[in-house]
Amino acid sequence: MQGVDRRIRVLIAKPGLDGHDRGAKVVARALRDAGMEVIYTGLRQTPEMIVSAAIQEDVDAIGLSILSGAHMHYFREVKRLLDEQGASDILLFGGGIIPDEDVPKLKALGVAAVFGPGTSTQEIVDFLKRAVPERWKAQGLA
Amino acid sequence: MRKKHDWLRETYRKSLEKIPERPIAHRTLSDIAPEPLYTPEDIGVLDPEYEEKRGFPGEFPYTRGVYGSMYRSRLWTMRMFAGFGTAEQTNERFKKLLKAGQTGLSVAFDLPTLMGYDSDHPLAKGEVGKCGVAVSSLADMEVLFEGINLEEVTTSMTINSPANAIWAMYLAVAKKKGYDWKKLGGTIQNDILKEFIAQKEYIFPPEPSMKLVIDTFEWGPKNVPKWNFISVSGYHIREAGSTAVQELAWTLADGFEYVEAALKRGLDIDEFAPRISFFFDVHNDFFEEIAKFRAARRIWAKEMRYRYGAKNPQSWMLRTHAQTAGVSLTAQQPLNNIARVAIQALAAVLGGVQSLHTDAYDEALALPTEESATIALRTQQIIAYETGVTHTIDPLAGSYYVEWLTDEMERQAMEIIEEIRHMGGVVRAIEEGYFLRELAEASYRYQQEVERKERIIVGVNAFTDEIPLKVPIQLVDPEVERVQAERLARVRRERDPKRVEEALEGLRRAAVEGQNTMPHFVECALAYCTLGEMMDVLREVYGTYQEPAYV
Repeated sequence: MQGVDRRIRVLIAKPGLDGHDRGAKVVARALRDAGMEVIYTGLRQTPEMIVSAAIQEDVDAIGLSILSGAHMHYFREVKRLLDEQGASDILLFGGGIIPDEDVPKLKALGVAAVFGPGTSTQEIVDFLKRAVPERWKAQGLA
Repeated sequence: MRKKHDWLRETYRKSLEKIPERPIAHRTLSDIAPEPLYTPEDIGVLDPEYEEKRGFPGEFPYTRGVYGSMYRSRLWTMRMFAGFGTAEQTNERFKKLLKAGQTGLSVAFDLPTLMGYDSDHPLAKGEVGKCGVAVSSLADMEVLFEGINLEEVTTSMTINSPANAIWAMYLAVAKKKGYDWKKLGGTIQNDILKEFIAQKEYIFPPEPSMKLVIDTFEWGPKNVPKWNFISVSGYHIREAGSTAVQELAWTLADGFEYVEAALKRGLDIDEFAPRISFFFDVHNDFFEEIAKFRAARRIWAKEMRYRYGAKNPQSWMLRTHAQTAGVSLTAQQPLNNIARVAIQALAAVLGGVQSLHTDAYDEALALPTEESATIALRTQQIIAYETGVTHTIDPLAGSYYVEWLTDEMERQAMEIIEEIRHMGGVVRAIEEGYFLRELAEASYRYQQEVERKERIIVGVNAFTDEIPLKVPIQLVDPEVERVQAERLARVRRERDPKRVEEALEGLRRAAVEGQNTMPHFVECALAYCTLGEMMDVLREVYGTYQEPAYV
């Protein structure tokens, strides 16, 4: 029963100097409307700030929104810090202006999903509702 | 009632004395020769509100255009926004664009520069040269404009919080090369209010940020008289998710806020207002966009004349740049964006803009390639030279729909402007989170409409393809970070440390004592102080700003 009742907790984060936050906010709100608990970091977060917030808030997933072209750097850093701090169980996903060529590289880093422009918010909701409980099951939490 | 032949004899002729008609055939493909202007007289109808609401091109209230002869004499400036990687790479792209027939330059800076950090600052890691060119000191600026005659081109620079410093670097390049500041033309965006509202590239809190802007209002007209020291921008407001009416209202409200701040400093409205310029988005809803430009000119003219008491007609004129809507571009079926951009660009031209950037079709994927940027420029050239829309001024005037929509957008925008005034002005509304809330609402509503398919986006929620189309994309060389770090190290090694120290101290003193900072920025630039050094001085004096995280 615990697994059914448990609400998915997601941190939506804007790393780096990029101020384009329309997408991050629309996604945050859609996830909330879909019944998830959503924490939005606000702008200009360093990877350290993001990972520390994720651990403190005990989230199941982190969504990074990057439109500046610096995605390789930020995903790599966040993933490295998650592993370093024993939080590799947190699901990492993201979106923004990310060229197709970079998607396999991000997946190889351990990014679970990359959502490009034009993705429906429902697709992101469905993804989290599938992927997060799978992780719970794998960790014996559900 | 003013007659068309009077306008032709007076305003139109005077306009041609300045710039004659272009030496091309102003004739349709059937060899019909359209006149420069059509009015209710030409089709024998009565329009009792004609003079008050629409008037004549180059005359108050400028609904039909700010200049007497508009595109009959001079086309809009085709100004493509470009910048990536190092100053060398962007300089090369500039020269190619000029060779391809572009008529003005427009510089895109990278995020560290926009946020006032040097390329070797820890927070710049991963961002150097990514979404624009990196400029950390005069040395970069010198390379950026190498081999370009600054008295011949006009240059627009999209820079806001560090605008004073970047403008000073440009002026320092001009000075060192012996160009006359009085002959320099161009624009710095320098619109900090829309940063707090939408784009979020602010550094200092609103009040000192406004002080820095008003420094340029005071210093600009006396020293670089042909320079637009501000481009009040709706573009970013729209891209952040506002509606067209909100874009119109908030942009003009921002403009009025600057005017009021400048008046408060004791400046003469008719000295600074003629150099205030604007920048609007142009989205897919064709007639709404055209009506928006016409309504913007009318509101600005009326308010500047009647509310603020400007007497110089130049102060009443809303001159604007436009850019096609980046937010409307789709990553799916990217070539469709060429059609979207063409339609949007046509709306901007029918709306009477002074300069235009057309987006490249691949911008939902990455920075434009040279090829995609060229197609975007060619799109403007096709509109300019092949469609015939430039034969006659404001050709959609008198359309029942366009005139009604112009009135309706003016009415709705004025309601919002009054609401903001009631709140105590734009800065107050920023502090209360008004814009953040309104934007979050408008963009969420739009997204839901798309997901419910109440709004159709071709290739995204309808007419989709199974197999995605691959297009080539522009990647930025990761070497740029190293190249920049090396140049910075050299600059710091070779400059005169005493001059640097004195210049920065002068800037600090000006900021603390509330003097005009512009002369000090110029001295800092000439001394090769870095952007980060200048901004750090001000960060220390003014503090920094962090907005509340509102979803």
